[in-house]
Amino acid sequence: MDIKDGRTVKGTNFINLRDAGDPVELGALYAREGADELVFLDITATVEKRKTLSELVNKIAHHVNIPFTVGGGISSVDDVSVLLQNGADKISVNTSAFKRPQLINDLSKEFGSQCVVLAIDTKKEEDEEWYVYLNGGRTKTEKKCFEWATEAVDRGAGEILLTSMNHDGTKNGFAIEITKLLSEQLPVPVIASGGAGSLDHFVEVFEEASADAALAASIFHFKEIAIPDLKKYLFSRQIPVRM
Amino acid sequence: MNIAIIKYNAGNIRSVLYALERIGHTAIVTDDAAKIRNADKVIFPGVGEASTAMNYLKEINLDQLICSLEQPVLGICLGMQLMCQYSEENDTSCLGIFDEKVRRFSPPLRVIASGAKQGRGLGGETKVPQIGWNNIYDLETGLFNNIPNNSYCYFVHGYYAAKGEHTIATTDYVQPYSSALHKDNFYGVQFHPEKSAGTGEQILKNFIGL
Repeated sequence: MDIKDGRTVKGTNFINLRDAGDPVELGALYAREGADELVFLDITATVEKRKTLSELVNKIAHHVNIPFTVGGGISSVDDVSVLLQNGADKISVNTSAFKRPQLINDLSKEFGSQCVVLAIDTKKEEDEEWYVYLNGGRTKTEKKCFEWATEAVDRGAGEILLTSMNHDGTKNGFAIEITKLLSEQLPVPVIASGGAGSLDHFVEVFEEASADAALAASIFHFKEIAIPDLKKYLFSRQIPVRM
Repeated sequence: MNIAIIKYNAGNIRSVLYALERIGHTAIVTDDAAKIRNADKVIFPGVGEASTAMNYLKEINLDQLICSLEQPVLGICLGMQLMCQYSEENDTSCLGIFDEKVRRFSPPLRVIASGAKQGRGLGGETKVPQIGWNNIYDLETGLFNNIPNNSYCYFVHGYYAAKGEHTIATTDYVQPYSSALHKDNFYGVQFHPEKSAGTGEQILKNFIGL
């Protein structure tokens, strides 16, 4: 769930936000429906943000009975400490970790790799290479996705949340190529994100890209695919899922 | 019902409190010996490192108190491991309630870049710590009333208790190990019932009903 000013929003190709509801209610609903884990990314950019995020995390922890990850603007050990104390199970870092990679070392040393998720927004350019983007996809870097993911894992990231900007919001399927590269080469779980539009897209990302987990937002928010139907389908295709 | 959650220097204690609230119970989070002793049920939660936690428990004299409790006690994750005899995690001598040793998972070396990644089934796991959902089976005692065999629970741990005489639930990761232990009034679960959806809530209800 992308959160802005306390509400769930989801855009297409990282722009054009639509309101998709109250994150706490939505989170509790998804947990009841059988989601295995929730991710909340705060994209609010105000000074008030830090306090409202910890309050939101606390509310989520009260109402959600499955593990959840929180991200968005986290840039210090203190930020993480507050979020974990309020009930988050994992935190995700993105731009701040890219700008100061030592943050990943500091967080994994202080709280353990199991709660440090590195989120990467990546885009395939005309030269056929996947580059890292920052600031919610607005800023291009010259760093290649695989290089950055490898460095982050060496520094202590315990999980990679990989979003393909070429696929996000398109509903044409996940980015098989880059997901496969990361999930088969890195010794940590890789969560594929961006592009889910049909039940078969999930089968594809598990079978062809060896993803450890798949993340989707808009198809669930706008009730195009129901989580119980998705899990039944995956189960019927012999993909190990919690039923 | 008077439930005490033991407060010490471990993480994730509030998640247990919130989980109890969701199933209609209030609890106190305390390190006060009298309050813990007088509670009907005691929960000993925790995410963290064994030696740091044990040193702290000794410092505030909770180590002996926990061992002497007579009401039902539920250790969760690190709490369960601390109730064992010994943990390999920084060579730590623990409370000794369960006569078990806690060891680090030592999976066979993973072949990187070999093509298909190994699955999460028995023998295929190579990532330590184990983070995620896994099955519990061979369930014994009232703690698992109404819990079907092979139900999924959420785990986060790098060390495990081997199977032994106190095992009341088994999980497979690298090898079969104890995902729950029981002796007299003491229960321990390696997984996090507070994060294990409906299954976890039923287990917490069962514990409160003991």
